[in-house]
Amino acid sequence: MTLAKALNLSLRTALEDDRDVLVMGEDVGRLGGVFRVTDGLQKDFGEDRVMDSPLAESGIVGTAIGLALGGYRPVVEIQFDGFVFPAYDQIVTQLAKLHARSGGTLRMPVVIRIPYGGGIGAVEHHSESPEALFAHVAGLKVVSPSNPSDAYWMLRQAVRSDDPVIFFEPKRRYWDTGAVDPDATPPPLHRAQIVRAGTDLTLVAYGPSVKLCVEAAEAAAADGHSLEVVDLRSVSPVDFDTVQTSVEKTHRLVVVHEAPVFFGAGAEIAARITTRCFYTLEAPVLRVGGHHAPYPPARLERHYLPDLDRVLATVDHSLAY
Amino acid sequence: MTAPTDHRPPEASATAFTDALNAFTDRPHEPPPLQLIAPDGTLTLPPEQTPGYRPALLRTLYRDMRMSRELDTEATALQRQGELGLWPPLLGQEAAQVGSAHALRPDDYVFPSYREHGVAWCRGVDPVDVVKLYRGVTNGGWDPRETNFHLYTLVVGAHVLHATGYAMSLAKRGSDAVAVAYFGDGASSEGDVAEAFTFAAVHDAPVLFFCQNNQWAISEPVTRQTNSPLHRRARGFGFPGVRVDGNDALAVHAVTRHALDHIRGGGGPFLVEAFTYRMGAHTTSDDPTRYRPPAELEQWRAKDPLARLRTHLTAAGHAAPDFFDEVEQQARELAHRVRHAVRTMPDPERLGVFDHVHAEGHALVDEERRGFEEYERSFTDPERP
Repeated sequence: MTLAKALNLSLRTALEDDRDVLVMGEDVGRLGGVFRVTDGLQKDFGEDRVMDSPLAESGIVGTAIGLALGGYRPVVEIQFDGFVFPAYDQIVTQLAKLHARSGGTLRMPVVIRIPYGGGIGAVEHHSESPEALFAHVAGLKVVSPSNPSDAYWMLRQAVRSDDPVIFFEPKRRYWDTGAVDPDATPPPLHRAQIVRAGTDLTLVAYGPSVKLCVEAAEAAAADGHSLEVVDLRSVSPVDFDTVQTSVEKTHRLVVVHEAPVFFGAGAEIAARITTRCFYTLEAPVLRVGGHHAPYPPARLERHYLPDLDRVLATVDHSLAY
Repeated sequence: MTAPTDHRPPEASATAFTDALNAFTDRPHEPPPLQLIAPDGTLTLPPEQTPGYRPALLRTLYRDMRMSRELDTEATALQRQGELGLWPPLLGQEAAQVGSAHALRPDDYVFPSYREHGVAWCRGVDPVDVVKLYRGVTNGGWDPRETNFHLYTLVVGAHVLHATGYAMSLAKRGSDAVAVAYFGDGASSEGDVAEAFTFAAVHDAPVLFFCQNNQWAISEPVTRQTNSPLHRRARGFGFPGVRVDGNDALAVHAVTRHALDHIRGGGGPFLVEAFTYRMGAHTTSDDPTRYRPPAELEQWRAKDPLARLRTHLTAAGHAAPDFFDEVEQQARELAHRVRHAVRTMPDPERLGVFDHVHAEGHALVDEERRGFEEYERSFTDPERP
């Protein structure tokens, strides 16, 4: 099934399993969301549980906080990455901090789903990757699935979590297909996965960039290089142990993401892995990502986003040390 | 080339149209704030027509206003002596807070901003816990579930949305309890308050919006926040709003009671604007003499909520001097207790910064806690690296 369908099934199962789960957002009801991730949910679970919200992002997250205080587990949808900022205050100053401020007595089981990233030819504010802005905030957890199975399971785990989870959905992978086994035993929400084994260099990515890295590994294999690909899955916390184990095997690390490189997730991974693996690294940790510039118009995004050539050029650069 | 021409005939007299336009654009007549006890202590209606007029209630309102003022006076002094990092005084707003708080039921849930010390007192929050935030030993201070009084919110207006969401949860569960959001005239300019009004209105959420219009948002007068009486905003969102004399505890109590009955009866949200005055500074960090004319303060001092109720209680024969003596004694005891507690309050544990960042743990927080523990141990165990 597609990644979008997997998310839909995940929400459906969550709504069936727990009366306290609510779905909220702009157009999530009758329309089923602009990407149809919530398709059919209002029809089956009613307007009381699948709620079309007023067009007010701060209001969506702020009322979700109140609903969580009232014992509910709201799953809210922000329509696009670039529209999350009116809600940023509620997420950062309120949602992230209430558990700590209350000395652990209040819980904030709120999931904020955000379609993110480029590659679909969208207009301004519809293609951004703000994950580092959220990962920087203590109290939030930030995850992003890269395939339909993870989309299904990670969302189910996020809904069950008593912590607020920012759930970034790679919108250009919504239509990718893959098997989903609802009876499987999924790995923990914040554990990284080795999606392709290799010995010469580790590629780390999450969300939309994982597929690109697998393609890069396949292309490099044709040149005789064996690349290991790690799907981080979680940006906060990061499973540094899995990355470290991989780098101790390959001695080289390249981090790939769509977000700007400057102060991005790659910087944190580079710094921590350099600390952990200083004596085993054969090359500095290198990064591939977006430029320090506003996300460009769609006709330019192919030059902004990491592509196969940029990833392979960086791999060559690392291997040349 | 021809010049543009206007072939319209001269404007005919269109009185009916002008009248129709004016019906939309004319400013409505503004009634005075609702009042039951005048500043001179006299009743505006006969006692039998005055809602909630019971001597016992009046004495309780007076006692709790006096206790709130004492806590406020003591905390202000403690801040001046360096014992508290900051204090937002409630001086002048006792009637708005105590009058409204006494109209609530224990199962109603209150979302305060950061000046609601009088409401906290009425909800049974220990005043020592209230000063903890300003002492700097916690970012919280109490368990909100014990008193249904939420933690203070310093980002103005943010909690008004929380109250609305909580009210939505009450409605979903079939409860007839009400969520109450306290906020000020400054907060009314925040988008979150407008969004809360929208959400509450379209969901018919059982939420009471209680605005204490104390005339000043730090140094900015209410005319910098609005060009329309605040209570009138409610009507635009589709629910009722009332302006009450916020220095008249009985009127505040009666109006809040009315609003709560309306909400509990399924009427949806309600806005009460308590028209009052902050006689002190916004917080101990600002100096109101820089921005406020002294005459204005004097004008409002004449409407002091405590003096007004005391005058009425005495004149009506509802309280003898020994009642006031007893209240004064209780106030002094409270002040001593708060002072002693503040000065002996221990600093929190250093590792507390890592406590409760998440409900389910976070690998990075755990790693940083271990690192900090190692560092701390290095001082007590010099053999360790």
